[in-house]
Formats: sequence, C-alpha cells, structure tokens
Amino acid sequence: MSSQRVFVILGPYGSGKTEVAVNLAGMLARTGRHTALADMDIVNPYFRSREKEVIFKAAGIRLIAPDRATWAADLPAVSPEIFSVIQDDSLTGVLDVGGDKGSVVLAAFSEALRRLGPAVWYVINQTRLGAQSPQAALEQLRLTETRARLPVTALINNTHLLGETTSGIIMAGAEYSRKLSSLSGLPLIFHGIEESLASAIQLPEPIFPLTLLMKRPWE
Amino acid sequence: MQKELWKGNEAIAEAAVRAGCRAYFGYPITPQNEIPEYMSVRMPEAGGVFVQAESEIAAINMVYGAAAAGVRAMTSSSSPGISLKQEGISYLIGAELPAVIVNMMRGGPGLGTIQAGQADYFQATRSPGHGDGRMIVLAPSGIQEAADLVAEAFDLADTYRNPVMILADGMIGQMMEPIVWHKRAPKALPPKDWAALGREGAGNTHFVTSLRLQSSANEVFNQQLMGKYQLITAEEVRWETHECDDAEVIIVAYGTTARICQSAARKLKQEGIKVGIFRPISLWPYPYEALRELAKQASVKSVLTVEMSLGQMIEDVRLAVCGLKPTPFYGRTGGMIPETEQVSEKVRQLLQEVKS
Repeated sequence: MSSQRVFVILGPYGSGKTEVAVNLAGMLARTGRHTALADMDIVNPYFRSREKEVIFKAAGIRLIAPDRATWAADLPAVSPEIFSVIQDDSLTGVLDVGGDKGSVVLAAFSEALRRLGPAVWYVINQTRLGAQSPQAALEQLRLTETRARLPVTALINNTHLLGETTSGIIMAGAEYSRKLSSLSGLPLIFHGIEESLASAIQLPEPIFPLTLLMKRPWE
Repeated sequence: MQKELWKGNEAIAEAAVRAGCRAYFGYPITPQNEIPEYMSVRMPEAGGVFVQAESEIAAINMVYGAAAAGVRAMTSSSSPGISLKQEGISYLIGAELPAVIVNMMRGGPGLGTIQAGQADYFQATRSPGHGDGRMIVLAPSGIQEAADLVAEAFDLADTYRNPVMILADGMIGQMMEPIVWHKRAPKALPPKDWAALGREGAGNTHFVTSLRLQSSANEVFNQQLMGKYQLITAEEVRWETHECDDAEVIIVAYGTTARICQSAARKLKQEGIKVGIFRPISLWPYPYEALRELAKQASVKSVLTVEMSLGQMIEDVRLAVCGLKPTPFYGRTGGMIPETEQVSEKVRQLLQEVKS
C-alpha cells in the first residue's frame, strides 16, 4: 500500500465505499501523509463524505468537494480541485466515488489516473442488492470498470448488516468474497469490519477495523 | 429468512412489484430517484410497464389510465412533484380508482432543498387535490415498515377504491436498513368488476370518470364517499406506542422524527425522565382516540409534538388532546433534521416549566 499515491474506491450502491474511503484517508493521514479525500459522489444526495467536513479538518485531511454554493445540491458536479490529486506528487488522494452508474464520473479523468497506477479497490457487501451470487457481482464489477474506464486492482470485503452484523454474516461474506476473488482473478486484500466486531474475528486475510461515520440521524 | 440490506427507495419499489404492481409511471426528482431507476429495470422483468413520463402531471394521469383498466398502478415523487400531481389525485378520488402514490418529502416550500422534510402533512392529510376527497396516508419510520406498508397500501387502495399515499421523508428513502421479505397471505379483495377493459360481449360499457354533470347526483356521490371515509376511519387507524404507560411526557412524532425521538426517550430514561412515544402510522385516518386516552393518564404532564416542519401534525395532536394537557411543539424545517439532544433538551425544559 505504501507505494500507492492514489486510491480509488469503487463499488455497488450502499456497499460501504464511503466508510472505507473515509477510514482509509484517516489511516493514511495518521501515518503522516499529506492526505486528501475527494468526494466524487454524483449519484447520492445524502450520506456523502462532504457532510463530515469538520471531522476531516480535525484529522488533518483535506476535503475535496464541490464548492459551498452547490455542495448540498444533487448536481453531478466534481470540484476542479480533483486535479491537485492528479498533479501534486506530494499528495496522497483517496477518491470516494458514487455507486454503480456513479463510477462514470471517473471516465473523464481515467487517462490521467491510469498514468499514476492507482489502487482501484472494489468494495463488496454480500447483503446488498445485486450481490446475490459471485457471478452476478462479477458482472456488476466489470460494468463498473467499463463505466469508470479504469481496471479494478483489488477487492475489499465489507459485508455487513449495519447494527445487525454478526460474525456469521462476516464469515459468510468473507467466503463469498473469496469466490469473487477466484472468479475475477483479483486479490482480496482486506475485510472492512466495524471496530467493535473486528477484534473478535479471525480471518486469513488482513482486517481493517472501521470507525463508522455515516450514521443515521438518531444514532 | 436471510436479512438483506436495502435502501428505502429500492425497498419501496421492490415491495410494490412483489405486491403485484404492474404499472409504474414517474418523473425524476431527488430524493426518490432510486424508485424510478429501480422500476425501469424491475418492471419489464416482472412483465409490467415502466414509463418515465414527460412530467409529474402526465405520470399521475397515466396512473389513472392503468388503474381504470384494473391494474395495480403506482407513481412516486418528492414534494414539488407531488404538488403537480394534486389534480390527478383528486381525479383518482373522484373516479374511485385505487392507486399508490409515494411522496419522499424534502424541504419546501417551492423547490426548497433536497434534504428531508415533513412539511407536506397538510397537503396529504387535509387536501389531496380539490373537492371533498380524502386519501389514506401511511407513514413508515423504517425500511422494513416502508416495504410492509407498500404491500398494505395496495390492498387498502383496492379494498376502498381510493388512492393511498406512502408519506415518508427523504431520509427514509435514502437510508439503508436490514429487512426481511415476508411472504404475505393474499387478502380477500373486492373484484374489479368496474374496470374499463372493453365490452367483450357484456351489455354495458364500463365508464370510469369523475365528471358528474348533475349537482344533485354529485352530492349523492360525495355523501357515498363520506360513508366510505367513515368506514376507513373506523377500520384503518394505525399507530404504535413505546413506553407510554406512566409517562411524564408523551412525544408524538412520525417517520424519521419518531426514530430521533425514540433515541431521545432512551437517553432521558437514563436521567430518570419517563418519556413515551406515540407514533401515528396512519396520518389519515389519524389515531385521535388512542392519543386522547394516553394523554388522559394522570402521569402525563405534557404532550410534545416533534416534526420536520414548523407545525402541521400538531393540529391533529391538539384535536386529539382536546385541551386536556399542554401541547407544546418542537420542529426543524427547510431540510434540517432535529438532533436527538435538541429533542431531549426541549423535554427537560418542559418539565422545568411544569415544576416551576
């Protein structure tokens, strides 16, 4: 991971991309890297990483998001600041991309991004729509690559049921993601697991404990 | 049964398909776009019809056409789009056509914001279009309930030959929760022997219309409607209570706001303050009597209404409580969502005022 400068987080709707992206940016910033998180979600109107601006500021993470006048809108807008991730060699960038069709936002930057050899991580959650079989998930993954004009380089298993997640669900998701890994030929690099559950779970692949940020208003 | 993680809008769309909806007409607007998006894929798979209409007005009139042909039909929109549908809703009521309309409310008035709101309460419960019409209004406060109520909405619409609205706020549409797809026992429903499906040898033509040129006949029709609404009011009131026995304060809230108030009640319980939650599920017909009975309890010092508006459901709460207890209000509006702590603080303040 240390050799990468740009991390692109892709995946189906609601697979947990934003939680993974935000936690990854936090981890990178803690290791002393000059880190930017780019909210490139052009499909979701709620639960976007830009809403957590205050937290990023405190963590020393630069937030790249549409300007103040439009950032609460549902415009398919991306900040021109995104070019600083592409051009500034001293900056580590995490790109938080919208689900499914939202990955099309990357196509405009794909040539420049490809030259940087980015980590393109595809987040999967077995309990979500369209993830019923590894075959269906693979089709979805290939379609996402086509839209983004970027090849996925690795898989992240983020199988969860929010507050109803059990170790059984995580284990089933791990098995499912291994199947997708062997079907796709893509490495399964880690499991994203909510921090309170992470310590109790043993898996052969690395575990990335997640501090959940994108909560519902009453949580 | 395996639980799955569903986004509210997707779950509502899937629930409609599972309930036998075979005609969906809509027009995009945030925060409900996942409904037409989902339907555009799912409806053809289910052998149904999906049309992205040229406008919200066109969509509701297409619903009228499909419903008149006896098909389970649905449209969805968010606040400004629902305003455009008002004429069509009145026509559905006037022609006694069953249909389901989803309003994923956002902050108004006008174009307002795309964030969650609850300021369409008056429009939904008081004035669905023009005329002496009423519409059953169901308000889910979670994704499981949203999916379940959609199925129920289609049955209610067919039972009473009247449009039914699912009134939710954008947060319900956009958030995700684990749900189970229940197998529903089929309900005995009246035959759609009024549907305009062509004569096919029958002697009479079925004519579905809301036009009644004789005022006297129209008055009789309105009285019949009223009889139907009295039956609905007697049979279809739905609500839920949470720890209302011996409560010092009862909070009345629906949808997302009810979830926030439940969080506040849990917090206040730890501080030794007994707060009950009264959550209306049917906003029309409103559970007046159930609320009045709870408010009568000697322990209850205050009945607080919390909404994402500057005070709309409060009018029904006051009709229910009938001056028996104080009925204060707390609301955020325009797309702002009340915070748990703001609700808790309001309750603490109320109890201070009662004591002093």
